[in-house]
Amino acid sequence: MPWTKIYANKTEFDRAGGQKAGLRGLTYREALLEAAAELLASDEDVFIMGEGVDDSGGVFGTTLGLRERFGNRVMDTPLAEGALTGIATGAAIAGMRPMLVHMRVDFTLLTMDQIINHAAKWHYMFGGAFKTPLVIRGIIGRGWGSGAQHSQNLHSLFAHIPGLKVVMPANPYDAKGLLRGAVYDGNPVIFIEHRWLYEHIGHVPEGPYAVEIGKGIVRRPGTDVTIVALSLMVSESMQAADALSKDGKEAEVIDLRTLKPFDAPLIMGSVRKTGRLVVADTGWKECGIGAEIISRVAEEAFDSLHGPPVRVNLPECPTPASPALEKLYYPGKDNIIEAVKTALGDATAAR
Amino acid sequence: MNNAKRPRDLPALLYSSMLRIRLFEERIAALYPEQEMKCPVHLCIGQEAIAAGVCLNLEKRDYVFSNHRGHGHALAKGAPMRPLMAEFYGKKTGCSRGKGGSMHIADRENGIPGTSAIVGGGIPMGVGAALASSLKNDGRATVIFFGDGASEEGVFYESFNFASLKKLGVVFVCENNFYATNSHQRSRQAACNIVNAAAAFDAHGVCVDGNDAMAVYEAARGAVAKARGGAGPSLIEAVTYRWKGHVGPEADYERGCRPKDELMEWIERCPIKRFRARLLETNAMTERDMDAAEASINEEIDDAVAFAKASPYPDASDLLTNVYAAMQ
Ligand SMILES: Cc1ncc(C[n+]2csc(CCOP(=O)(O)OP(=O)(O)O)c2C)c(N)n1
Ligand SMILES: [Mg+2]
Repeated sequence: MPWTKIYANKTEFDRAGGQKAGLRGLTYREALLEAAAELLASDEDVFIMGEGVDDSGGVFGTTLGLRERFGNRVMDTPLAEGALTGIATGAAIAGMRPMLVHMRVDFTLLTMDQIINHAAKWHYMFGGAFKTPLVIRGIIGRGWGSGAQHSQNLHSLFAHIPGLKVVMPANPYDAKGLLRGAVYDGNPVIFIEHRWLYEHIGHVPEGPYAVEIGKGIVRRPGTDVTIVALSLMVSESMQAADALSKDGKEAEVIDLRTLKPFDAPLIMGSVRKTGRLVVADTGWKECGIGAEIISRVAEEAFDSLHGPPVRVNLPECPTPASPALEKLYYPGKDNIIEAVKTALGDATAAR
Repeated sequence: MNNAKRPRDLPALLYSSMLRIRLFEERIAALYPEQEMKCPVHLCIGQEAIAAGVCLNLEKRDYVFSNHRGHGHALAKGAPMRPLMAEFYGKKTGCSRGKGGSMHIADRENGIPGTSAIVGGGIPMGVGAALASSLKNDGRATVIFFGDGASEEGVFYESFNFASLKKLGVVFVCENNFYATNSHQRSRQAACNIVNAAAAFDAHGVCVDGNDAMAVYEAARGAVAKARGGAGPSLIEAVTYRWKGHVGPEADYERGCRPKDELMEWIERCPIKRFRARLLETNAMTERDMDAAEASINEEIDDAVAFAKASPYPDASDLLTNVYAAMQ
């Protein structure tokens, strides 16, 4: 499957034979734009709301030109995130399929009441009488002093809430397919993108397709250790796995894709094979998604573990702005390599 | 009514305060392409009269709550340039020790208890500071600067109601520059009459030309007196325009964000140029005074930039400090 590989840019994609094989390469941002355009074109119930969705930047290019094509189903909004989330929820209950877009996932924090007290519960609280097909897109910022309020990783917070689904596509194919999957899921779906993935390129088929929510995928088979990764950490893990392979250590990399509900059977199957587990997350450690995955493995596959699982996360502090501290803040492929060595019981690993 | 005397050299003070902001921001714009200042900068060039006109009514102990576009507010409130510039350079000597960046300015000494970059985030916090002043009966005034965009957030109305209900000493200053990022006020607001919110909360509201430093000063003078006198909050809507793009050192018309003609019209209405002409006409300041003021500001900026560049970055050990405060 060519789309299981991710390329950092167009040149790499072409060098890997993407063009030659007649495969169309799209960036992550283009994939999101195409998905939105197809959804709007094929379904009158779909509409997009968000600050600046119709402006010349078009939410980093992911909504460019949609206003011109689809008119008032692509609406700019006042700065009123809380109310708009309730408005989108109300519209969903009344038969629409809204996509609400936030330039930064941090702004969803203004909307937690409407998401958690309302959207997430509307189906359950009325005995299944209503559906809330609502998609909330949030983008994770990183770098250039974005700072404490503009670069947070909040996915685990959402993953705590019954009634919500949470997805984090890690490549262009999934960005397109999961957006469609989310719009037709029938539930409120928190759709979290990483800004640093926007230039990543991969094969994206033309025409509509959906990626099933709740399904992870093995990006690279291996026998020695399982790395469960999400979002930007998937490509970091792939690089780590390549490096480890040169050392004779074969890592199996699982792209989680959906955090809630996550694909426990896929992870259990892999851990039963490898006996070792590393979880590479873009967010904080305590009470994060890694804690949940490792707990579940302990509950369901304890006997197959040959050693303690290891997590790769952010340090337990808000994002600092200084470039000197930012550099220390973000883990990457080297941290994953270290984590794998630790998981394998390698005495040389720096703990 | 405000019975306090206006400073004798008020026009000169207003002029220098505006010029200090302008030159500071222009220097940032000039230095930014070096890519040593690694954080987003939201410049307030074109809007200087508001910060200057409001803050000249304040004392050091009064509070100012600002927003992402906050350099001018801090300077006008008396923040020294060195720690600001150092913060923008991500240095340990910065006003937030390099942890905040340009959107998170603080200066305890000078009445700036931190700045939020969440639109509207500072509004309830400012009301909270005013509540503290009221409970302590300490006579401080609190000014909250926010944009036309922030006036759309629910938290503004909730906070305003509370401030009015409790007769808190708040001056809400809405800098209406017509845009939130690239969206025009007309595409976001049904009424485009922000000052009207005051009436809804039985408070005093006034709309002023935000490019007229003296008009802003006079509006704020009355509002600050009310705030100190326990007469409750006021709302000042100051109409203005930002010259640069939403973020960064460049104008944004080339990227199709806003019409160029509009910018040109507002550049004609430059708050500093206008004020300068008036000062010269009325002999309130001579060209020589102005040149001297400019030279001394430039020296202050040179010094701040040199300080910032020479300062050390935070240490690795600083990463995990300040997450929790020590117990008292
Ligand atoms: C709650 C929230 N929503 C969106 C943003 C992104 N954002 C930052 S500044 C801004 C525009 C604010 O406009 P306005 O209040 O008019 O202030 P101005 O930038 O014009 O000074 C937006 C949308 C944010 N920081 N916080
Ligand atoms: Mg504005």
